[in-house]
Amino acid sequence: MAQAITTSVTTSRPRSQNFAAAPRFDVDALRAKFPTLRESVHGKPLVYLDNAATTLKPQAVIDALTDYYTTKVSNIHRGVHYLSEQGTLTYERARTKVRDFIHATNDHEIIFTRGTTESINLVAQSFGRKFFKAGDEILITTMEHHSNIVPWQMLCERVGCVLKVAPINDKGELILDAFKQLISPRTRLVAVVHVSNALGTINPVYEIVKIAHASGVQVLVDGAQAVAHLPVDVQTLDVDFYAFSGHKLFGPTGIGVLYGKEKWLSQMPPVQGGGDMILSVTFEKTTYNELPYKFEAGTPHIAGVMGLGAAIDYVQEIGFAAIRAHEQEILAYATAAVGDIPGVTIIGTAAEKSGVLSFTMKDIHPHDIGTLVDAEGVAIRTGHHCAQPAMERFGVPATARASFSLYNTRGDVDVLARALKKAQETFA
Amino acid sequence: MPRPSHAANGYNPLCGDTFKIFLQINAAGVIQDVSFQGSGCAISKASASLMTTSLKGKTLTEAEKIVEEFHNLITGKTADAEVLGKLKAFSGIQKYPARVKCASLSWHAAKAAWQNQGTVSTE
Repeated sequence: MAQAITTSVTTSRPRSQNFAAAPRFDVDALRAKFPTLRESVHGKPLVYLDNAATTLKPQAVIDALTDYYTTKVSNIHRGVHYLSEQGTLTYERARTKVRDFIHATNDHEIIFTRGTTESINLVAQSFGRKFFKAGDEILITTMEHHSNIVPWQMLCERVGCVLKVAPINDKGELILDAFKQLISPRTRLVAVVHVSNALGTINPVYEIVKIAHASGVQVLVDGAQAVAHLPVDVQTLDVDFYAFSGHKLFGPTGIGVLYGKEKWLSQMPPVQGGGDMILSVTFEKTTYNELPYKFEAGTPHIAGVMGLGAAIDYVQEIGFAAIRAHEQEILAYATAAVGDIPGVTIIGTAAEKSGVLSFTMKDIHPHDIGTLVDAEGVAIRTGHHCAQPAMERFGVPATARASFSLYNTRGDVDVLARALKKAQETFA
Repeated sequence: MPRPSHAANGYNPLCGDTFKIFLQINAAGVIQDVSFQGSGCAISKASASLMTTSLKGKTLTEAEKIVEEFHNLITGKTADAEVLGKLKAFSGIQKYPARVKCASLSWHAAKAAWQNQGTVSTE
């Protein structure tokens, strides 16, 4: 049974930014474990700075996927033959790994989904449709990713509830006072992002949950950009729902997690019907399976779950203290290097940030920045980052975004800075 | 353009490129003038600019042909080099498939303008 951890590292507000004493890993040795880093792009070494879009995979994760497809192919949960039993064991062990990773209370509070988007949609379609009535309110923020906006809009259209939006300041931080004031007797749910993919802002989830719970309001957190970068303890945070994706955590695509408190999940009706989520089926009556299987219809992405388990093992072996120290250093270095280039405006300057650097350049459209740095082997993302309201808030149609992970180096940042300066010369 | 006979918007919500195309088409169906206003990436601007010079003075039938051939060019199909002239420079865009929409935005808008369609998007 996981113990609630109360050190500063588990809330989203670390009390100290001094990472000098943190353990460090050997970056070169670590990079050697990521085969994609050996690729070259237009004849130049790949400099991968698009981690907020998806992360590269360590060999251990690739091996877990290959291992399933080579030695463990089977369908799980129903077979009595050896391969099926082995498959089931490994699959459920991965569920335990996820529970342990986010410090949930029970394995059956971990639901495997296709990703963060599907997890949020599940809550909207199940929890939302069952409990929300016309006139009820859902409170989100301006910085949300579309996956934490559109499912609620769809729910509101269907049920007649109202979407309220908490504002952010010019730094990209949630205005907590305005947020508090938007909670009304009709508010049923707060849905908020843990780390903004467009701005890098780390939201004070612990405080947000306290505020919401004080008014009897549940909280769903979009953790897609958080789980690879900071430790998450759903018991300490006391969130009602937490969603994240495997592919942003060095795991495979097509797999994600919805954590939900048992008291909610047990009351929620299933959304997808089929095999595995049932106990018995007759044409007169069908009874549903218990948690978590109630929400896992059909053959799951078995390899994906195993890959996710391997990814979690990998991250936990390195440890978040070392990961944070490394990423915060790279972020600080990059913010200075890019910010110092004349004509650059950094979008998203919150006091608490994860390794996401969004910026614009005077007179150069983000698309052109992206194409030009790509010529130097640098992968960044350009566009609205599935966060059009956030872009609108800052009065820009799009930004260029460099996002960092544990295998990025100062050298990577130097290549980016040089490429940006070269882009400027091209457009001068 | 003081009083365009036709106009349309081209807007790509994904990147924010936005162009308004103005046409002056006379009674004989000749595009006497074409201009644009708007903002976008370098490729969309260059494309819009070249579009205006290549469509000016053409009949609507000729213009339709140029639009069709330009579209063929940027989507990697065989295109009529004689019809395209200077526009052949855009054949390089095939190397950047993600940017094809940038090149085609103002063209879609121009076509929408003489077809009276209002606002178009390349999304």
